Amino acid sequence: MMESSALIQTIRDIVQRHNKMPTRLLQILREVQDSLTWLSAEAINAVAGELGISPDKVRSVATFYSFLYTEPHGSYDILFSDNITDRMLGNRELLHYLSERLGVEINSTRKDGLVSVGTTSCTGMCDQGPAALVNGYALTRLTKPRLDRIVGLVNAKTPLEQWPREFFEVVSHIHRADILLGRHFADGAALRAVLKRGPDAIVEEMVKSGLRGQGGAGFKSAAKWISCRNAPGEVKYVVCNADEGEPGTFKDRVLMQDFADLVFEGMTVCGRVIGARQGFVYLRGEYRYMVDALKATLQSRREAGLLGEAILGDPGFSFDIDIHLGAGAYVCGEESALIESLEGKHGVPRIRPPFPTTHGYLNQPTVVNNVETFASAAKIAVQGGDWFASRGTAESKGTKLLSLSGDCERPGIYEYPFGVTVRQVLEDCGAKNPQGIQMAGPAGHMISEKLFDRRICFEDLATGGSFMVFDHSRDILDGIRNFAHFFVHESCGFCTPCRVGTSLMRDLVDKVHTGHGTRADLEEMRKLGQIMRVGSHCGLGQTAPNPVLDSLDQFPESYERRLRSTAFEPAFDMNAALEQARWLTGRTDPDAYLDEEILQGAMP
Amino acid sequence: MIESKLKVATCSLCGCFGCHMSLLDLDERLFDLAEKIEFDRSPLTDIKELGECDIGIIEGGIANVENVHTLLEFRARCKVLIAMGACAISGGVPAMRNQYELKDCLEESYTRGTGLVDAQIPNDPEIPLLLDQVHPIHEVVKIDYFLPGCPPSADAIWTFVSQLLAGQPITLPYTQIHYD
Amino acid sequence: MSEESTFTLDGRKVPFRDGQTIMAAALAAGVYIPHLCFNPEFPPHGSCRVCLVKVNGRMQASCTAPAMAGQVVQSETEEIREIRRGILQMLFVEGNHVCPACEKSGACQLQAVAYYVGMLAPHYTHFYPRRPVDASHPDALLDFNRCILCELCVRASRDVDGKNVFAVQGRGIKAHLVVNTPSGKLGATDFSLSDKAAQVCPTGTILSKHSGYEIPIGQRLYDRKPINVVGDVAALAVSKGGRRHD
Repeated sequence: MMESSALIQTIRDIVQRHNKMPTRLLQILREVQDSLTWLSAEAINAVAGELGISPDKVRSVATFYSFLYTEPHGSYDILFSDNITDRMLGNRELLHYLSERLGVEINSTRKDGLVSVGTTSCTGMCDQGPAALVNGYALTRLTKPRLDRIVGLVNAKTPLEQWPREFFEVVSHIHRADILLGRHFADGAALRAVLKRGPDAIVEEMVKSGLRGQGGAGFKSAAKWISCRNAPGEVKYVVCNADEGEPGTFKDRVLMQDFADLVFEGMTVCGRVIGARQGFVYLRGEYRYMVDALKATLQSRREAGLLGEAILGDPGFSFDIDIHLGAGAYVCGEESALIESLEGKHGVPRIRPPFPTTHGYLNQPTVVNNVETFASAAKIAVQGGDWFASRGTAESKGTKLLSLSGDCERPGIYEYPFGVTVRQVLEDCGAKNPQGIQMAGPAGHMISEKLFDRRICFEDLATGGSFMVFDHSRDILDGIRNFAHFFVHESCGFCTPCRVGTSLMRDLVDKVHTGHGTRADLEEMRKLGQIMRVGSHCGLGQTAPNPVLDSLDQFPESYERRLRSTAFEPAFDMNAALEQARWLTGRTDPDAYLDEEILQGAMP
Repeated sequence: MIESKLKVATCSLCGCFGCHMSLLDLDERLFDLAEKIEFDRSPLTDIKELGECDIGIIEGGIANVENVHTLLEFRARCKVLIAMGACAISGGVPAMRNQYELKDCLEESYTRGTGLVDAQIPNDPEIPLLLDQVHPIHEVVKIDYFLPGCPPSADAIWTFVSQLLAGQPITLPYTQIHYD
Repeated sequence: MSEESTFTLDGRKVPFRDGQTIMAAALAAGVYIPHLCFNPEFPPHGSCRVCLVKVNGRMQASCTAPAMAGQVVQSETEEIREIRRGILQMLFVEGNHVCPACEKSGACQLQAVAYYVGMLAPHYTHFYPRRPVDASHPDALLDFNRCILCELCVRASRDVDGKNVFAVQGRGIKAHLVVNTPSGKLGATDFSLSDKAAQVCPTGTILSKHSGYEIPIGQRLYDRKPINVVGDVAALAVSKGGRRHD
């Protein structure tokens, strides 16, 4: 532990670097933790003191984000991505292997304080897993030999900068490109278009394009821009939602890594159209590895006159972009929670209305769009709305990036015009013997073979891009259980149906998964799911029961083959509940047990 | 028409018998009830063996092995099972021990008192072994009806039983729904 | 004066002013919609979800949904009562609500709303969380077992009392109420029973230490008449069995 005065100096320097702005709180806490490995009460109080805010505000942020620690933590923090796709690739075995080799319990810190090992939600490396994070930096394609080397590096206290670069290699597997990924784009072309034709013309092109929110919600992008443009207010903001947290999605990672200029250009066009001078990229914490490269890209754009003051020499066109890093909170993908987080707060979704286009960042009119949406907008500004709308379907114009993972030969990114059938996608990615698809992530829909002829578009199967394939060797319920646990971990805890409902649902799924469920439990899941769906405050809680509700309809047999024939089973393991008393009394007589036969015999 | 009387069994698991006291508070209405039902196993009859019954009324939650066995037997032998009172419904006051480890509860009771000689936690096989937590009965078996209260008032019991015996849906008036 | 707009609530016409929520308009018209985290003296919070109503066929929290002319709002249908019951049941199993052992029983809004929606049992599996009791303050007792995270005390202490005594920390099912002192103890704060924060709790989380069971069980606020007739405990004077200090 650092000396008290040194700690305060460290924190003072960090807070100074962020101009003592409370909106930078999350960024400040990340940096403080980088220096101190965890956020002690003393550190939290010091941050509060330096920022001139109440310590409870700092603590509420520190206790909300899963990458921030308020208990002592290892200097090396290794978190295995625990999405179902990582599990399919054998991450559990690797996790246990590493924990054994390092001599540290899972979800804890080694006694010497050097290393912690645990799990985290999907890190967006589904096409190159099993994946993990070390101090927030992505590790891909883990194997036992690679873990052996990591054990050596950790025990030798080798700084991360000296670890082999190939451990951190993130590959963009683009297997199918269309108008977004396939065509060359000259940096600055969209900015020249907006300067030449004026914002009104660009808005018109956006309207004509029919572009809809590519994060998955599908709200018309032009409507957002127009609403924000018309909203009263001197100061407006552009926010790029790169908090790609939906398990199984990684297309925004590829766009940010390989097409950052295109995304930044789309944001800048938006800034010009709505009259904003400041933009933010809210980048999920898991993509920390690309922050330096993104900052360099921003800098080169400034130097090229494509960003900053007087863009392309026009004194009336100023716009800059700042990058905010998340810290492990799926709920921040919800746009109002994202804005809260951007303001330095914990990420609880706001009451809507009012919507961000009128009351967004710092209560000012704000456009929040997905990464892919901005990239598309940049292309539309250059090529025109009709060009974009010539692809796709009646209600879903243009193309969609799909993130393919799971049981297929070629996982990666596939760009299709909207309207492609599920079957076509499965063929292209080399999915042999597919049983079902989790479309649009856990919050989306699980579909079985009989729906493979349906089309991917807003009128049929809407998606933000996640496409996880389960072949016939898989147990669908393994996936459902993984998703049920995911939602418990990611619920923000604000509203009752989501906070409590996700835990109740997890317990029911666990009960059935472990072979203790009955038909009554399935009925219970449906009723509970309905309350969560209609009662929750935001999309997270409303969609959290989807995997269960869908699979009950689509894959009833995966539940039924595990059910007891009895009408009812206890909610807890009664024999295990006697273990403490047996140990305390040393009893081993027959009455000290509640074994299966006794319980079964009495059940009707 | 001669109707055979319905058989009713009752028991108190981890409770205080307060609900049974409330049952006795039916007073003269017990005579009306006796026209329609016949008690099987119950603390009121002292019948120890449970026969096949139409209705089982359970007071108290599940705290030990004996509670589990009794509850399972009631579920197996009774067509309709009723959770009566706060303990059966939510664990009640006994479930306040769930705030502590069982070890701490037993040590506090048996080994930390003053003047104890050779203090130890009782381990006689005659004593039903405790579960680590107290549970409401709906977490162990399917329950058909819930009658809240600590205890439910005699009036609430009367309304409930009358409606149940008449085959009507249970609708308690506002003043008869209480958790305390 | 502009023409008054109206929406229908369970078939009844309810007038509203621009900017009013469905809850506020209903309240002004004397129509009760059950609620816990809503208190008319504070901006709406929308967290408990007990006040869900169906607006033109879609479920929304009435405390946050803006009233609009011509809306068809349903509240007292069996479908909605069932969902409200489910939400109440979630709150009851999430904490430790031992009504027989709670001084607030009979004058508790959580309990009264549960009575109102006809909840007979908590239905779900109990969590039995281990939560502390804080008796460090000379006049007040904090029993975290009963907290439902409505944040009314947080809001009242921060926005009305100017003391910022309470906060919510953690995420998801681990979210919990805390006291804003290094020790986390209420005794270390300048909290007082005359604070607004002491008067707004819809459960028995914040209790006065020096009085107890002055009104016998059976004669308490909600023992004879339901909450839609009696009103919220926070809105009623102490002399009437409520919490408000006059």
